[in-house]
Amino acid sequence: MHQLAERIQQDYPNGFVNAVEWRGDVAVTVKREYLREIALFLNQDPEMDFRYIVHVSSVDWPDDEERFEVVYEFYSIRKRHRIRLKTRVPESDCIVDSLSDIWQGANFMEREVYDMMGIRFRNHPDLRRILMPDEYTEGYPLRKDFPLQGKGWRDTFEFLNERT
Amino acid sequence: MGLVQIGRHDKDGQPDVIVTTIERAVNWARKGSLWPMTFGLACCAIEMIAAVSSRYDMDRYGAGVFRASPRQSDLMIVAGTVCRRMAPVIRKIYDQMPEPKYVIAMGSCATSGNIYDSYSVVQGVDRFVPVDIYVPGCPPTPEALFDGILKLQERIMLKRVFVKQPEQVKSV
Repeated sequence: MHQLAERIQQDYPNGFVNAVEWRGDVAVTVKREYLREIALFLNQDPEMDFRYIVHVSSVDWPDDEERFEVVYEFYSIRKRHRIRLKTRVPESDCIVDSLSDIWQGANFMEREVYDMMGIRFRNHPDLRRILMPDEYTEGYPLRKDFPLQGKGWRDTFEFLNERT
Repeated sequence: MGLVQIGRHDKDGQPDVIVTTIERAVNWARKGSLWPMTFGLACCAIEMIAAVSSRYDMDRYGAGVFRASPRQSDLMIVAGTVCRRMAPVIRKIYDQMPEPKYVIAMGSCATSGNIYDSYSVVQGVDRFVPVDIYVPGCPPTPEALFDGILKLQERIMLKRVFVKQPEQVKSV
């Protein structure tokens, strides 16, 4: 196992689920309750030193019990190593702790995940839609059960009636 | 030029007198000074920019003066994929342009949405603004855009200026 993953497993045996290494990329899956704690460790520990957040994204696995997966990717500019941190959330309770106070850059990216997949982030300072308009009510477009062509929004032009 | 010329200058034999209708003269002036609105939305914009640059030089058709304000432009070239969230903006800009105004839908996306049959992409800009000319291609070459501009100029020459226009002329 990769040494970064080993370190996480050592320090957080309860939060660690598994680690996958593929062509040099390390992806560590952790329990949702430990996500924030482990992320804080990755950010602050001098050996980890992940001060840069690359991306936040999410995956929909419609057949799984814990349907959604939130994926964080961190990079250390000084140490030149990167890690992917994953956690799973069920559809009935899809909420994760926000990391936007640890990495400011997570703010908009978590909003995007919320906008596209409907996963909420606890303690996020400003959890609104970011790509779709605020008044959009058709749901979360990147979910697998969302119809590709949407639910009619793209063909309604209400602004045409507002003109005099 | 589409204008009728008669008479010769008595020194060099060059045409001296031009006889035409005011309508033709006005249309001729209009077609030769199409000022486009800068409206690049996606990769088609790159071809539109190339069309203005020195190799192709769109100014030859009088359509090279790109304005950043709708108040100063006659022609809106919608170049690229139109997302639904952009639609009200395009409509507003179109409404702000002074008459007479023309719209070219440049490329497959602005024409029909192209392959982007998705929840956020408008399936053709003609769903909310009247389009005069559709330029096919993905993206169209500058030559294709010129063909569209020449077709638009032909159409402008057919317009009636001092007679109330039939409603249909604009979007046939």
